[in-house]
Amino acid sequence: MPRRNLISIEDLTRGDVELLLDTAESFLPVLERDIKKVPTLRGRTIINVFWEASPRTSASFDLAAKRLSADTLVFRGSALGDPHGEALKDVAITLDAYSPDIVILRHPSAGACRVLAANTRASVINAGDGGHQDPTQCLLDLFALRQSLGRDLDGRRVFIIGDILHSRVARSGIMGFKMLGMDVTLVAPPTLLPRGIEEMGVDVRHDLSELGDADVVYLLRVESDLTEPGAAYLPSLREYARVWGISSARLRPGQRLMHPGPLNRGVEISADAADGENLIASQVFSGLAVRMAILYRTVIGYSDGTATREAL
Amino acid sequence: MSGPRPATETVVLTAEQLSRTITRIAHEILEKNPDADNLAVVGIHTRGAYLAARIHGLLSQISGREYESGDIDISFYRDDVAVRGEVGVIPSVTPQPVVKDTHLPFDIDGATVVVVDDVLYTGRTIRAAIDALFDYGRPAAVQLAVLVDRGHRELPIRPDYVGKNLPTAPQERISVRLLEHDGVDEVVLVRKER
Repeated sequence: MPRRNLISIEDLTRGDVELLLDTAESFLPVLERDIKKVPTLRGRTIINVFWEASPRTSASFDLAAKRLSADTLVFRGSALGDPHGEALKDVAITLDAYSPDIVILRHPSAGACRVLAANTRASVINAGDGGHQDPTQCLLDLFALRQSLGRDLDGRRVFIIGDILHSRVARSGIMGFKMLGMDVTLVAPPTLLPRGIEEMGVDVRHDLSELGDADVVYLLRVESDLTEPGAAYLPSLREYARVWGISSARLRPGQRLMHPGPLNRGVEISADAADGENLIASQVFSGLAVRMAILYRTVIGYSDGTATREAL
Repeated sequence: MSGPRPATETVVLTAEQLSRTITRIAHEILEKNPDADNLAVVGIHTRGAYLAARIHGLLSQISGREYESGDIDISFYRDDVAVRGEVGVIPSVTPQPVVKDTHLPFDIDGATVVVVDDVLYTGRTIRAAIDALFDYGRPAAVQLAVLVDRGHRELPIRPDYVGKNLPTAPQERISVRLLEHDGVDEVVLVRKER
């Protein structure tokens, strides 16, 4: 069977996405019982390579692999060498000597996963590469939404608010939301919107005047370096919070509030919204089930042909 | 079913025979477990679950007592997941498209669990089912009921209750069809077309 990578949401068909979400759902009972582990990937080796620090994502992948009984290794941080040099290729060659089945990569450069995939025999899963893609975040967001709104997301309206320009979460999110038939509206100051983003088939707004139309309010992290002198993206974080920040008062009852974390309280999200009713904890939990589904399908295949247990 | 039966198929159990066979299995289960307080019937998805539901209904009907029931999916416990490069090559062991839910709404600890499946073949499904059961608790005993035992065991697994022993050639296939899933009750032997 050909090796299956998950580097971009574009690697998946809508059928694949739905299969992954259904598979994730079938792992939920496993996560609720006393023995939260199945032997499915026993003897498999899964290596996490985190060039960028991301303790939460790394923990989620690591636990997902352990729940499936795989053996896991985590490589992290600057000890790996200069991310922009030859180091990636060298690390790939080193890791490949251990014959991993899956390598999970978080890297500051867009396209790093393709380089890795070209230098390893393992399947590569993208855990975020620069400003390019974060497909597993997108899938867990879809899963959390399905758990909250029901299986059919067709026609639901999502507003993505924040730093669209630098966000891989936004890029994969737009593709994933649209793949399942959702309407996507982006809200950001003009400086934080990539030129030509409308070509992805989204609406663009610069303020929150139409926020009431949203079923889902999806916030992106706004980093403080956007206000540094010379960056000139934002006059100040306080200005951002005043115009684009989400507090409970700005939300209408029933709107689902989401954020990929970590939160910048008082900037893109107020403390009361962060502590109020939202899907943020559900997103973290969904991450575990969805990453188990991704690891499982990466090994066993996405085949949707009619199957029979006859031979077993 | 509509249309004439293909020449490659031979009926080995008609609807009536199937119904009598299941009833007999239910009686045998009660004979073997005369005073089991916590007897549970657990079917393996897909057709084993329907058979288990029927047997569970019969047990209560015959004895007038209540028993536990459940169903399990063994996809995460299959032993062929780890066979590198082979999954998807053998058409008959391609993964099930969607894994079904497991329902065991009772305490497995101390229960006598009768595992039910439609066809017993290599025994690997049963091995997986037993492994899955033990991740939910420690049953007092596990017994096995199958509608058809077609032979060719690859593991030391022996059924406690057999509907029909049916020696087969490996290239033959047993197709169990149930009203709940296939719209008809019958068991047929299918010969591979050359």
